[in-house]
Amino acid sequence: MSSLVLAADSHGFLSPTGVEVAFLLVGLVTFGAAIVTVTTKQLVHAALWLVVALGGLAVEYLLLTAEFIAWVQVLIYVGSVVVLLLFGLMLTRAPIGRSPDADSGNRWAALTVALASAAALVWVVADAFRTTWIDVDRAQGSTAVTGSILFRHWVLPFEALSVLLLAALVGAIVLSRKNDGAAAADGKGGH
Amino acid sequence: MHLVYPAVLSSLLFCTGLYGVLARRNAILVLMSVELMLNAVNLNLVAFDVWLRDTLHAGQALTLFVIAVAAAEIGIGLAIVLAVYRGRGTSDIDKLRDAAEPRDPHDDPYDPSDTAAVADAADATDEKAEATA
Amino acid sequence: MTTTTLAVLVPLLPFLGAVAGLLLGRTVPGLVRPLAVLPTLAALVLAVVVAVDQGGGNGNGTAALNTHTQLTPTGSVPIELALHIDGFAALVAVLVGVVATCVQIYSTGYLRDDPRYPSYAALVSLFTSAMLLVVYSGDLIVLLVGWEVMGICSYFLVGHYWETPEARAASLKAFVVTKLGDVPFLIGLFALAADAGSFRITTVLGKAASSGGLDHPTLIALLLLAGVAGKSAQFPLHTWLPDAMAGPTPVSALIHAATMVAAGVYFIARLLPVFAASQAALIVLAVMAAVTMAGSALAALAQDDIKRVLAYSTVGQLGYMTGALAVGDRDAAVFHLLTHGGFKALLFLAAGVIIHAAGTNSLSAMSRMKDLRDRVPDAFWTMTVALLALAAIPPFSGFFSKEAVLGAAEHTATGDQHGVPAVTGWIVLVAGLLTALLTAAYATRLWLLAFNGRGGEAPDHGRQPVVMNVVLWVLAIPSLALGLVTGVLPDWFDGRSLTPALTTSVLGTGVALVGGLVTYGAWRHTTAMAAIGAASGATPDATPDAVPDADPGRLLLGPLYRHAAVGFHLDGAYAALFVRPVRAAASLVQFLDRAVVDTYVRAAAETPKALGWAVRRAQTGNVQTYLSALLAGTVVLVVAVVLVATAGA
Repeated sequence: MSSLVLAADSHGFLSPTGVEVAFLLVGLVTFGAAIVTVTTKQLVHAALWLVVALGGLAVEYLLLTAEFIAWVQVLIYVGSVVVLLLFGLMLTRAPIGRSPDADSGNRWAALTVALASAAALVWVVADAFRTTWIDVDRAQGSTAVTGSILFRHWVLPFEALSVLLLAALVGAIVLSRKNDGAAAADGKGGH
Repeated sequence: MHLVYPAVLSSLLFCTGLYGVLARRNAILVLMSVELMLNAVNLNLVAFDVWLRDTLHAGQALTLFVIAVAAAEIGIGLAIVLAVYRGRGTSDIDKLRDAAEPRDPHDDPYDPSDTAAVADAADATDEKAEATA
Repeated sequence: MTTTTLAVLVPLLPFLGAVAGLLLGRTVPGLVRPLAVLPTLAALVLAVVVAVDQGGGNGNGTAALNTHTQLTPTGSVPIELALHIDGFAALVAVLVGVVATCVQIYSTGYLRDDPRYPSYAALVSLFTSAMLLVVYSGDLIVLLVGWEVMGICSYFLVGHYWETPEARAASLKAFVVTKLGDVPFLIGLFALAADAGSFRITTVLGKAASSGGLDHPTLIALLLLAGVAGKSAQFPLHTWLPDAMAGPTPVSALIHAATMVAAGVYFIARLLPVFAASQAALIVLAVMAAVTMAGSALAALAQDDIKRVLAYSTVGQLGYMTGALAVGDRDAAVFHLLTHGGFKALLFLAAGVIIHAAGTNSLSAMSRMKDLRDRVPDAFWTMTVALLALAAIPPFSGFFSKEAVLGAAEHTATGDQHGVPAVTGWIVLVAGLLTALLTAAYATRLWLLAFNGRGGEAPDHGRQPVVMNVVLWVLAIPSLALGLVTGVLPDWFDGRSLTPALTTSVLGTGVALVGGLVTYGAWRHTTAMAAIGAASGATPDATPDAVPDADPGRLLLGPLYRHAAVGFHLDGAYAALFVRPVRAAASLVQFLDRAVVDTYVRAAAETPKALGWAVRRAQTGNVQTYLSALLAGTVVLVVAVVLVATAGA
């Protein structure tokens, strides 16, 4: 604890704390997994690498002392969203294995835009926060705190969000329904 | 912990997602990239919440909301992709070009690349036939 | 009714007749003839009454009738509706009335089958009205109105047979050439008004006569002369008049005798003190008159078309009038204007009858017709009278007026005329005598060729309407008798004697007789040759050039004949000098318009089109492309904003 305080006091890049080292390593893994996700030619692999990236983010949340968010991240994203995406890939008969045309012709323009915006963002962010430190000694996002805050101050948006989810559910069902009865006979139904 | 680390990581993740959105052909891969972008934002929200020590924990609450909205979005998005796939036989974004300006070679009497336009128009009609098949 | 009211009615009645004729001509055909003849006739009667009321001019001390009314203020130099009727105006108005009435009556017969007769008659009435306005007006701008209305009427009337290209070309030529003179004329009027401070003729004359005089007399006189040269067909703007023969013959009579060409001479006569203020202008006028009369007489001797002969003779006789004005004697000029108006109207109307009878305009064709004179006895006798008057053989009217001109020239040449350079007198005198010789020659030639043809029987085109022959005899009266008034006329004019002087009478009549006799001799010779040629096998019906011609003009003029026949190539020179450069400029402008200006216009259309094409090419339907562009733009904007913010910080 005292070393952390000292480190926080000295605030040196060359004397990183253990948390920082862990954050950096996990961050590198996450970033690499994200890169592979958007570049791999195998569609199913992309979904799996997405799992790695999202999981790495969950670890980062933990390192930032937001434990509830981290578990929600694991539950929702890794547990359901990726599974949904895999279902989607299969339902659209995505090819298993390498598909040479996974990237569109727009690729180089996309790369340019992405690199430019990355450079701009990193430059601005690094310039703005180079002298800012986070005190991660006291946990900020324990489940108890998050729960009480959520249901004390954010209860109305929370309920509205549940309506939004309901609407999304209904919308997904409506969109997935076959329009004519003949098509519905051999349809696979909604997911 | 230095704030630059989560901020830079979130920027890089966001731009990676951006690249995926712009460069991927399959609509489901585009949705994955969108998830990446949303997560980058989430990381930012959490990091700033921790840094600012907000008594209302607005950052974390918003992160939860974003996650919920992302879940809804992925559900609707997939439903749309499936519907498109059922209707068109493809989920490739760059083949869904109904909003394109129709090519009419007679429209451009002084068009310097007239012959090229005619060839392109032939391609476009092929594509359309393929898309409606 | 006062004299003023009557005088106002004189130009107004034909004008109202013209308006009524134009309005009712189609709906009520029965009214057309009365509406054509009666207002003009009434105007004639009123003009006579006005003349009687006026009772004389400066010659017997009668003051000119001057009234004016101002309708509305018109700026620094007021324009007024003014009348200025002296002896000149009263008598010229009577002449205009007589000729116009005769022409209208003659036209009812001459154009009886013409479908456009209503508009024709209305335009003739308008023409008459405009000329009467010019004659009576006491204000230069009002005079200009009549002057220009005549120009446009001549355009319509010369182009009456607009189905033929010649008539179209002639009407355009008449309009453009006279307008060419009218532009400097207008500028001259403004300059005159600026110098005199008024458009009123009386004020202008008073200013010119005052001790200070006008500020720029030569400039003003030369500018006005350009307009007069255009209107009165003086060299070098005379070329429209021979071409104007494409119009109906009565219109030619009207233009040549009483209106249009007379307007120019009358205008100078009115403003003679202004012209006399500049000796240079008088010399220019004299040279112009001399060239005009001699050149036109030579050209008349070579023309084949009977109407063109008469047209060139008009140009020549107008030359006499301007010559008289150049020597400062407007009495003689207006006297000649009056007599010439009479016999030239008669000549044209008789020529119309002859053309109708012969079925051709060509003198050489007439010379191959026997007994044409028996076919049209009235025209023959009246034309003979008129030709004698034209040739200035005593005792016909032309003799007296021409002697008055020559006498005035001789006075000036001997230095008796104060304020006029003697050289103008000599110029006019010599040219006048030469022209007298030539005039007699072409008058004789015309008479011999038209009425003494040998060859086939003249075709029978039926009898002429009685009205036409009656008009001829009416018009023969002034040709015969106008010489008798030489004693009375000075009372109406400026009081100079108009009686013939012995020297000039003998000289003039002598050269005229010589001209006539020489022409007769030449004609005898050529007809004898033609008879031999015909006897040796050539048929008279062959092409005119093939058979030896009975034309004495060819023999008399010799090598000049070819040039004289085309008016001394003046039209060709104008074509080379003006028409071709203008055409070249027009084609240059056309090229600039098509190749240069249009390129800009087309480019203005093509550039947006190409841009639109490019933009449409960008609409690929690929959402990712759109998004890429959108985000790229966003990045650029963000970077710019950040740079600006950090630079400002």
